Amino acid sequence: MQNLQIIPLDYYIFFCSALFAIGVVGVLVKRNALVIFMSIELMLNSANLLLAAFSAYRNDPAGQIFVFFIMVVAAAEVAIGLALLVMIYRSTHTIDINVLNKLKW
Amino acid sequence: MFEYIWLVPLFPLIGFLLIAFNFRRFKGIAAGVTASVMVLIPFLMSLVLFSNLIAGAPARTVELFSWISFDKLSIPFSFLVDRLSVLMLLIVTGVGFLIHVYSIGYMKEDAGFNRFFSYMNLFVFFMLLLVLGSNYLILFIGWEGVGLSSYLLIGFWFKNQEYNNAAKKAFIMNRIGDLGFLLALFILIKTFGTLNFDGIFAQIATVPIRTSTITIITLLLFAGAIGKSAQIPLFTWLPDAMAGPTPVSALIHAATMVTAGIYMIARSNLLFVMAPATLMTISVIGIATALMAGAIAIYQNDIKKILAYSTVSQLGFMFVALGSGAFTGAMFHLTTHAFFKALLFLGAGSVIHALHGEQDIRKMGGLKDKIPVTFWLFLIGTLAIAGIPPLSGFFSKDMILLGAFHINPVLWILSVIAALMTAIYMFRLLYVVFWGKAAVAENPKHPIHESPYSMTIPMAVLAILAVFGGLLGVPHLFGGDDRIQSFLAPQFSASESLIKRGETVAEGHTELWLMIIPLILILGLIFLVHARFVKNRSIVQGEPKRSIFANLAYRKFYVDELYRQFFERPVTSLSSFFHDVIEIKIIDRVVDQTGVLVVWIGRNIRYMQTGNVGAYLFYMVISIILILFFNLFNK
Repeated sequence: MQNLQIIPLDYYIFFCSALFAIGVVGVLVKRNALVIFMSIELMLNSANLLLAAFSAYRNDPAGQIFVFFIMVVAAAEVAIGLALLVMIYRSTHTIDINVLNKLKW
Repeated sequence: MFEYIWLVPLFPLIGFLLIAFNFRRFKGIAAGVTASVMVLIPFLMSLVLFSNLIAGAPARTVELFSWISFDKLSIPFSFLVDRLSVLMLLIVTGVGFLIHVYSIGYMKEDAGFNRFFSYMNLFVFFMLLLVLGSNYLILFIGWEGVGLSSYLLIGFWFKNQEYNNAAKKAFIMNRIGDLGFLLALFILIKTFGTLNFDGIFAQIATVPIRTSTITIITLLLFAGAIGKSAQIPLFTWLPDAMAGPTPVSALIHAATMVTAGIYMIARSNLLFVMAPATLMTISVIGIATALMAGAIAIYQNDIKKILAYSTVSQLGFMFVALGSGAFTGAMFHLTTHAFFKALLFLGAGSVIHALHGEQDIRKMGGLKDKIPVTFWLFLIGTLAIAGIPPLSGFFSKDMILLGAFHINPVLWILSVIAALMTAIYMFRLLYVVFWGKAAVAENPKHPIHESPYSMTIPMAVLAILAVFGGLLGVPHLFGGDDRIQSFLAPQFSASESLIKRGETVAEGHTELWLMIIPLILILGLIFLVHARFVKNRSIVQGEPKRSIFANLAYRKFYVDELYRQFFERPVTSLSSFFHDVIEIKIIDRVVDQTGVLVVWIGRNIRYMQTGNVGAYLFYMVISIILILFFNLFNK
């Protein structure tokens, strides 16, 4: 506990915001579905880190419990998402999201 | 015995459910027998109750359960067993049982035999609820319930559109009166805080209440009675209700349901005597109805229509009695009328049965020798309703005439005229149907035949009652002890003493003359009718030439046409206006245009769906950022 508080809370907040912003930009600019996927994971983990930090500073374990839940949900989501990607790749031989534009109007 | 009163309405209900849910399992006359037994058991129970009351048992309220209870208002589901309700119980179950038995013979060949008896039991159930209820709300349930069963039975042969229309007419005209009834209930709750009979009547005696309030309540209740008991201006449904099978006309539209209005007013006698203006109105409407319906009955040619108008006229009589404060007279006439009018209807049914559905009396004649049993029973009914002593109609009608005389001699004279009309139309019917020669030759394939025992025996029992029923109320003048008066005294004595009588009090000789004068006139008229329809029998087929009055009466004073002109047509044109303009041009258009708008919007903004995942992600992020900003500035 003491060790954690050596770093001020502000640092955690700035760091997580930066991480989140990188994730957002990654999602917006990348064309590779796998990379977008990783960017989403980045955003999720930035939120997790922030929760853990607040939990430590406020002496409230609830935040860490949240983190576990989010990790479980994220794992499930990754499993489905990757399965989808594999299926897409098998049928189109690409995972470029700009090619996948058949569903419109 | 009193605790088991709930069994009385339960049996017909069980009968209804049994027959209604085992429609195909009842074969032959099984349903008819079941239904009859389900009415017989309550009748026997009523007899026991009746003897208990005669022996001096006090009236009792039997509470089954607390039904509606909130704030200060509490309405228990309870039955009131007193002399008035037991008298009605006896009439409903007794006459009801006889008519059930009769129907087994009458309806035997009908495809809807089982359905008919399930409806009949349903009707008896609601009627018993009506007479047993210890507050206005239970009475109202029964009131609406008998209206429903009446509707179902009038439209029993539902394949005939005219019969359906008659059923709808009866139902709708009853609703008009019921609206008044319902409003009266609301005002009663507001004024007295209860709907229980004993609660209201106890407060009337002790708490000062404005006369105007009571007048409004009683007038609204009377509006309900006008609808149910077919008085001016809502009487036109009853003659049309003859579309139903004849036993239905006998039970519902002569003996029991239409007398519900009389019963309700007699039950509320303490309320009504506090409102002299209402009593006036009741008398006036009663006598007007009695005269008008009597006049119409003289000129009708359909055997059931004549009896229907006769019923309306007799109901008018009962209202005259109620308006004069002669509540006992009204209940007495109700009782005897139930006997002889049920008998007459069953007799008419027997005639129709013998003639295979013929109802036009001009085509009948000479039936005296062909169906002698029916003839003799019909004769007894006719003598009873015409008021020939010592049959029952004489005594009950006399009690009403006397009550009318006490209020106003003019009312007496008008009542006597109405009584004379009764003799005219009844003897015209009798002479035309049973004397002379048939105008239409007998069909050799379907010979005229006497009805089976299941039909004649109930009629015979009713005939005995019609002959001896009057002995219930032989006036003191003839050395009788006026048993019905003393039997009902606990119900009515308090209010009958409150009635303001005119200065003309008939006692001794006057009372005797008041009986003899109408009697002589009636006998004289019977001879005239005899001369017209038997000696110089001239029955014109088709449309004869009629005097102005006769034509008016034959056309039923154009009441139906007037209603059509003044109510039906404006409502119809209003409806078609609402349909053609409001519905088609406004509502439909708004609905259609909404659809068109949605389609147009969809067509234009669907291009946002580029199919490009990156674009969607961009929309999502932008939207989230916008929401965040919105929340930030909205703090």
